[in-house]
Amino acid sequence: MAVVETRKLTKVFKRGHLGAVNNVDLESREGEFLVLLGPSGSGKTTLLRMIAGLEEPTSGDILIGGKVVNDLTPRERRIAMVFQSYALYPHLSVYNNIVFPLKAQGVDKEGQRKQAEWATSLLGIQHLFERKPRELSGGERQRVALARAIVREPSVFLLDEPLSNLDAKLRASAREELEQFQKRLGTTTIYVTHDQVEAMAMGDRVVVMSQGVVRQIGTPTEVYDEPADTFVATFLGSPPMNIIPAEGVIAGFRPEHFLPPGVAERMGAHVSYDFHITHSEYLGAERILYGAIQGGPFDQHRVISRIPATHDADLADGSVHTFAVADRDLKFFDPQTEKRTTVRRLPS
Amino acid sequence: MIRRQRWLGPVMFMPAILYIAALVGLPFVMAFFYSVGDVKVGSVGYHFVGLRNFISVLHNPTFQIAVRNSFIFTITSQILVLVGSTTLALALKEAFPGRRFLRFIILLPWVAPVSIGSIGWKWILDSLYSVISWVLVRMHLVKAFDTPVWLGEPKLAMMSVILVHTWHMLPFATVILLAGLTAIPKDIPEAASVDGAGFFRTLFQITIPMMLPIINVAVLFGMIFTFTDMTVIYILTRGGPYDTTQVIPSLAFFTGILGSDLAEGAAISIFLVPLLVVVAYMVLRSAHRAEVT
Repeated sequence: MAVVETRKLTKVFKRGHLGAVNNVDLESREGEFLVLLGPSGSGKTTLLRMIAGLEEPTSGDILIGGKVVNDLTPRERRIAMVFQSYALYPHLSVYNNIVFPLKAQGVDKEGQRKQAEWATSLLGIQHLFERKPRELSGGERQRVALARAIVREPSVFLLDEPLSNLDAKLRASAREELEQFQKRLGTTTIYVTHDQVEAMAMGDRVVVMSQGVVRQIGTPTEVYDEPADTFVATFLGSPPMNIIPAEGVIAGFRPEHFLPPGVAERMGAHVSYDFHITHSEYLGAERILYGAIQGGPFDQHRVISRIPATHDADLADGSVHTFAVADRDLKFFDPQTEKRTTVRRLPS
Repeated sequence: MIRRQRWLGPVMFMPAILYIAALVGLPFVMAFFYSVGDVKVGSVGYHFVGLRNFISVLHNPTFQIAVRNSFIFTITSQILVLVGSTTLALALKEAFPGRRFLRFIILLPWVAPVSIGSIGWKWILDSLYSVISWVLVRMHLVKAFDTPVWLGEPKLAMMSVILVHTWHMLPFATVILLAGLTAIPKDIPEAASVDGAGFFRTLFQITIPMMLPIINVAVLFGMIFTFTDMTVIYILTRGGPYDTTQVIPSLAFFTGILGSDLAEGAAISIFLVPLLVVVAYMVLRSAHRAEVT
């Protein structure tokens, strides 16, 4: 077990261009499940590859277990990585895939067998030993890749979008399984994903990245409820947070906090707006209402509301209702830096 | 529309079929025909003589040398080509400044006509003007009056011929292996390095096994090209000295065309057929069996 730390870590691929990763300071905690979340091109995979030793940093330091590992090869870092493609060795059987890291380490045959059996029993794939990777399903491949990663009990796990190759149904169960699995092993894990659901569900903490820069590090609750800037606010959550430029400030509130008449009255101090619903989506458990504010200082500003499908008010397309947001659910951002600022009143 | 399509296909095929029939099939049938007859250059009649030519060829000591040489020539040059092309392909896969230029340079021996290349080599290996000998003399490795006669001593001549042929075959195998190598997803060697494998473990347990199907193809082509080739030998040594670098194709040429004995030349070349069939079958089978990603 070890802690991974980066100090002012930067990677510039083309000289003179913006770095893929810029001055990233990160510190994982012992046994933590840390998720790097960001859209494609945000530098999260590059950051992971630098930690793995597959990419050389332009500047800055990487520390594993308190030791600078910049100049160590991947094998010397004692890390394990699961690739997005799983990168199984196609010409080797599942068993030989799994014991490959042990062979490289010089573990004897007896030890290889024992470790392979331990790793595969955790994942329930002993029956696949003799198969070749091409004879496996997506889910089985993912487990073999995981088994190969844990077999030599690495100090750190690095996972690069390991669920993105699975179909949607399998992904949900694999996600939960992977999370349980990590808790049981207690190995420090860094997990890269662009899927906010994965990040929120699995991460002990989430690192939100954009354009090579860390925007916020925090627990799923913190990054969702207290976003550090407008990027985090709009990247997390689906549909995204409503962002409204007011005088000298940007106000934001989540669609699920923009509530219809009857609910608003019960939530104490609040601001209300006339909401003209243009169209809506029925998603089974909830309804998404699209529309614009009518009248007042934010006339014609587009906003989204998300309400439980059990709410039975008559909210037909084209109708206008008075929706409200509780004061405590309003977030404010500086219009220049787009960072969070102190709470203010909002004109209604 | 449908009526037209019925003859369009065969018509489009015709040039290829004619080409193969006229330039491969017909000579092949004629070689069989000649090998059981008594045809000589300029003779008018044809008499069936059964296996007489084959028996005569088998008793010919030069033919026995040629068979042995064919194997030495093919196997040695293919081993050299295999090692050389694997090394080159691995080196050329890496990005470095001047890679394109180097790739071009390495392809040259294959692109240039083999006869021109061989004539160049004939000068490089000349008994008087050899640059190799000159370098050796300047390095004080050999005495000026005692330089090696590259093409005039049996062992040296065989080595020279093999080396020049290797030089000629290397680019082709390199290009094939390079294609095979770039087809390996880059995740795989990266996974191996994270799994703790060093350079040689990755090379021998991951990269080369994954390239095996394509290596088989390169070897198949290389062996067939080498078994049937005589250009390098014809230009450098003419099979000499004293027939010590004679191979089956060159002997067939010297006997059948230059020696006018078409029947015996045909019989000699017919001996290539079973050899090539076996080689082609073996390598095709192993290529088929090998894992393909």
